[in-house]
Amino acid sequence: MPARTYSPPWRRGVGYALLIFFAVVFIGPFLIQLATSFKTDADAANNSLSLIPHPATLSAWKRIFGFTENAGIPFGRWLTNSIIVATFITLGRVFLDSLAGYALARLRFPGRQAVFWSILAILAVPGAVLLIPRFLVLKELTLFNTYPGMILPIVADAAGIFLMRQFFVNIPTTMEEAARIDGAGVFRTYWSVILPVARPGLITLTILSFQGSWNEFQLFLVSTSDPKYNTLTTGLAKFSSGQLGAGTQYPLTLGAALLSTIPMAIVFFAFQRHFIGGQLAAAVKG
Amino acid sequence: MTSSVGSTTGTAGTGELAGTLEATAAPPPRRPRGRGSALRRQNFATSIRNNFYFVLFVVPLQTALALFLAVLLNNKFLRGRSYFRTAFFFPSVTSSIATTLVFLFLFSGGGAVNQLLGYVGLHGPNWTADPRGVFHQALGAVGVDSTPGWARHEFFNLSWWDWFSGPSIAMIVIITLVVWTTSGTFMLMFLAGLQNINEEVLEASEVDGADAWQRFRLVTLPMLRPTLILVLTLGLISTWQVFDQIYLTGNNPATITPAYLSYNQSFQNSAFGIGAAIAFLLFALIILLAAVQRRLIGTGEDD
Repeated sequence: MPARTYSPPWRRGVGYALLIFFAVVFIGPFLIQLATSFKTDADAANNSLSLIPHPATLSAWKRIFGFTENAGIPFGRWLTNSIIVATFITLGRVFLDSLAGYALARLRFPGRQAVFWSILAILAVPGAVLLIPRFLVLKELTLFNTYPGMILPIVADAAGIFLMRQFFVNIPTTMEEAARIDGAGVFRTYWSVILPVARPGLITLTILSFQGSWNEFQLFLVSTSDPKYNTLTTGLAKFSSGQLGAGTQYPLTLGAALLSTIPMAIVFFAFQRHFIGGQLAAAVKG
Repeated sequence: MTSSVGSTTGTAGTGELAGTLEATAAPPPRRPRGRGSALRRQNFATSIRNNFYFVLFVVPLQTALALFLAVLLNNKFLRGRSYFRTAFFFPSVTSSIATTLVFLFLFSGGGAVNQLLGYVGLHGPNWTADPRGVFHQALGAVGVDSTPGWARHEFFNLSWWDWFSGPSIAMIVIITLVVWTTSGTFMLMFLAGLQNINEEVLEASEVDGADAWQRFRLVTLPMLRPTLILVLTLGLISTWQVFDQIYLTGNNPATITPAYLSYNQSFQNSAFGIGAAIAFLLFALIILLAAVQRRLIGTGEDD
């Protein structure tokens, strides 16, 4: 209706002013972070608000990438570990969550309802409560300080299973019935009929799984103690809290933190729609 | 006045902000059951207090900010809204460790926030290192600068005065950080809720003469009730588990929370029994709060 599309100029002015103010609030810290990574330690401490490094220096970046005598931080190792665990966790979640989601949506088996409710119940368990049991179980299984120990506890997740289950429930069953009549088994039907149709759901699941595993901190904190298993999150956290023998070297830590954010940022900007859809789907669980 | 539990020595004597108290000071060993046990109880009480004020501030602030941003972005006459939505949501997808490091820098003694405050003539505190409670600060400003007699009694090894300290200034940094990172996600939920509202209802109320604020309060808000309940529930559950940000601020009585204390007792003191007990109490508390909230305001499911 045309009556609602008109709005007085002052309202537009206030609207844009607010939008810009909040854009500065939400993005500004990242810009300061970027600028700080090119500053000297003294400049970072004294002119922290300035977006122009004076003098500009690459020393923090050289230390991050190890191009310096002065031992920097083992960024390459952290990055490698993050890539390894995030890859396996993401692949595992996409495969296992979608299989479990499909089973809960389609297959009739005794106890299905009980399994579904227990998965919903797992969603309610606070992550902070799992720190100790996860450590104790990994220790018992001699998986402490191993890659499998960092991957297996979160290789399938209740939120992902729930997301996929909701997705499969909304796909019509006619195609599966046709495949079944043609003699395909359950797995075969799932693999060649259902998965192609489920692409949008799988993309969302992939992105959320990558986000979750790339940013994971608590599990890696309690499943490893050896610095060679540090990921970007645990490495940065231990480095900046001084456990690796460092003080507050802001250009270095902020540069490394920025670098750890970049892969996430690329995925975010490339697949924004799926992110937003996934957040909402995950939210419905409450 | 004799010194009381938790009252500071000269450390807080900066100008008119002087005379505040803090729970960091070790308690006098009044109880014969042993200092270690008393200190543990006091730490636990402190962590509960810290987390309580954290929740008390974060949940309303993040909900209000998320709702405000969603309503702002829902104004059809503004252009480029999807870009702004991206900008507001971006902090939500980054790692908690990376964003905490940035905020610890922004709020450092000579950091960006204090520089900004300096432009308007304010002298900011040394944020992340400042254990003083903001309620104590406020009371100090109106002349209450020593512990009132009634507040010297202890509850769970923490004096009433310390229970009512408010969040520490260091905790204000974490509160700001968490509101900043979570508002984007909740904003998306509110936006989805707003898009489900029937335009015709709003138009009808406009025809009936309701102004913008009345339309928001009497039409939009009631129709957002399911989303509001969802956001409040998710907020309440997640804020009671705050850990990553606290880990980075270290073992500091001004910011410790039960989740951090559980970790600290288990992995740094090898007291797994105590750590597990704290974790279990936290679990029970969260389940209880979620159940109470459900009972009080309904499930909010409309389908």
